[in-house]
Amino acid sequence: MGYHADIEGTRHGFPSLKALLAKASPERTGDALAGLAADGPLERIAAQRALADVALTDFLDDVLEVEGDAVTALIHAQHDAAAFAPVRSMTVGAFRDWLLDPATTGAQLSALAPGLTPEMVAAVSKIMRAQDLIAVAAKVEVVTRFRSTIGLRGRLSTRNQPNHPTDDSRGIALSALDGLLMGAGDAVIGVNPATDSLPDYIRICAVLDAIRSQLEVPTQSCCLGHVTTALAAMEAGAPVDLVFQSVAGSEKANAGFGVTLGILDEAADAVASLGRAPKGANLMYFETGQGAALSADAHHGMDQQTMEARAYAVARRYRPLLVNTVVGFIGPEYLADGKQITRAGLEDHFCGKLLGLPMGVDVCYTNHSWADQEDMDILLTALAAAGVNFVITVPGADDIMLNYQSLSFHDAGFIRRTLGRPPAPEFADWMARHGIGEPGVELPSLADALGRLRLPAA
Amino acid sequence: MSGKTPTTPEAIRAVTEARLTLGPRGGALATRESLAFALDHARARAAVLAELDLPALTATLDRLGLPHRVATSAAGDREGFIRRPDLGRRLPETEAAALAGAGPCDVALVLGDGLSATAVALNGAAFVAALAGRLEAAGLTVSPVILARQARVALGDGIARALGAGTVVMALGERPGLSAADSLGAYITHAPAAATPDSARNCISNIRAGGTPVPEAAEQAARLILAMRASGLSGVALSRALAAGALAGPTEPHGPR
Repeated sequence: MGYHADIEGTRHGFPSLKALLAKASPERTGDALAGLAADGPLERIAAQRALADVALTDFLDDVLEVEGDAVTALIHAQHDAAAFAPVRSMTVGAFRDWLLDPATTGAQLSALAPGLTPEMVAAVSKIMRAQDLIAVAAKVEVVTRFRSTIGLRGRLSTRNQPNHPTDDSRGIALSALDGLLMGAGDAVIGVNPATDSLPDYIRICAVLDAIRSQLEVPTQSCCLGHVTTALAAMEAGAPVDLVFQSVAGSEKANAGFGVTLGILDEAADAVASLGRAPKGANLMYFETGQGAALSADAHHGMDQQTMEARAYAVARRYRPLLVNTVVGFIGPEYLADGKQITRAGLEDHFCGKLLGLPMGVDVCYTNHSWADQEDMDILLTALAAAGVNFVITVPGADDIMLNYQSLSFHDAGFIRRTLGRPPAPEFADWMARHGIGEPGVELPSLADALGRLRLPAA
Repeated sequence: MSGKTPTTPEAIRAVTEARLTLGPRGGALATRESLAFALDHARARAAVLAELDLPALTATLDRLGLPHRVATSAAGDREGFIRRPDLGRRLPETEAAALAGAGPCDVALVLGDGLSATAVALNGAAFVAALAGRLEAAGLTVSPVILARQARVALGDGIARALGAGTVVMALGERPGLSAADSLGAYITHAPAAATPDSARNCISNIRAGGTPVPEAAEQAARLILAMRASGLSGVALSRALAAGALAGPTEPHGPR
């Protein structure tokens, strides 16, 4: 079925809903690389006007148009017609107006989440400005729990990311301690391992568990290795709090990550059976990012932002504790500069929240992008206004293993002081007990703090 | 415990290069650290945006007695190159035709800007000279050094095909990190085709003063090339065969033969 819009006597036609979504996307390099982007500002606006008139029910069809795709099947299976009823008769444009209506509450949006599909939320995001994405996301509260309670309104949590280029136990511990002494890590203390070997994975879990348990920190730990490594580590009795996996929006893209829904189901069952968490706790952690599907040649002609929203269908199947887009990590061929990264971060957060996910963002960039730390300041501030559940923090904003820049522990402190965003309540109590962040309290040096830890043998 | 506890800032820095808080824990990042970070980022940006310094490179290659040619990918300029990796992998037909007279040869030697012309300026010429010497001693013919502008790794495949070379070495600047903006990476591919998958390449990365030194990198590259030409394999398949001992170890380039 085709779509069209007329601007000043010129008819702009779009052969499919998938093509219309791509042409309506705000400018980004990845869509140009894929040959899907609008030919210029006028065609883009024509597409946005046509998109605003599309009925939400059109999105209940197969938008990806790929026979047998497991993520499409999941999206259809997840759709809750009763939850969808309040917006069923709306167009995309009317849906935007309703979302922004002050009378529409966060409770209504939470109840609506199971009735929305990824393509619907991606579509409406394309005709929303930054302030719209912030205003609507700020209404939605998505709360998850393990040892800390994450996502409560008015709070901002952090992942403490103590990566080290050789996974050295003391190197990891030093960075983790630096973060804890700065009040970072209430969402998770999570390490991206340098290798994907099972012994390394198990040792990293043991190091992080030693830090958490000896310091009695009310948080969770995670080694962000491959899900199959996590399965083997759990089998071997490693202290696994959370199972991590990168996910994407098509079956083929997930195959590129070496995962299927079946493997994720198995891992979710395995981590639940460990019994490390209180009953009802959330036990999974996912990362996503625009451009992942295209880079695996698995985007099937769909724009990168809509593909990203489809990844959230995979994530929400598992009631995760944490989900974050690694927004600027992918590089300038997908998101060229600070403007494109900022826009993508706000879109991903908005779409995740509308679909009911506990959405966080890795506010980040690489050195070949036209971006710098000042762009990250602006995105962090905008995301805090939007009520982001958590952000990633590393020592001095410099990840020495993954070779990119994220936020620093100091940046989290800036937003706490400037906008008044305390961490999770359990973690805030722990900080208060130890005088962390209190003026006049002398904290141990890093060397002293490391000296008091009993780390597992290498 | 995995070793002695570091007690001084120097001992801590020996364990990790992370930008830890070693001084007082205040609010904002101190001025000195903030500006140090900005300098590291500026250095990385300068490396990404720099063009190959052709006059300096050709003068160095002349001094080393290595003939050279220039080729440019389909990405016209630096900005286009960074935004469109597909263009940086493609050799325009006019460029291919201009190279045709420089072959055929066993091994094509290519120096590309990649994402850090700084890395090429520091170590590029020394690396290709060291490698060319080892390959010629092993009885192989090498191409003139192709100085490739706006080059991604796969541009080497088109260059090798234009030259009629069986094996290609593409040495180019790696994406700069905050701590090192001068890493050279060497990607080696046997029997390059129009759509060679990355899994068919072998790579020696982090070639720089603080990483893999040039002579060691050239030695590794020469061994890999000889093993490829003996086995017909490259990339993951070659690594597997070497690890499994399925191949007799790569011949010493300077060994008796």
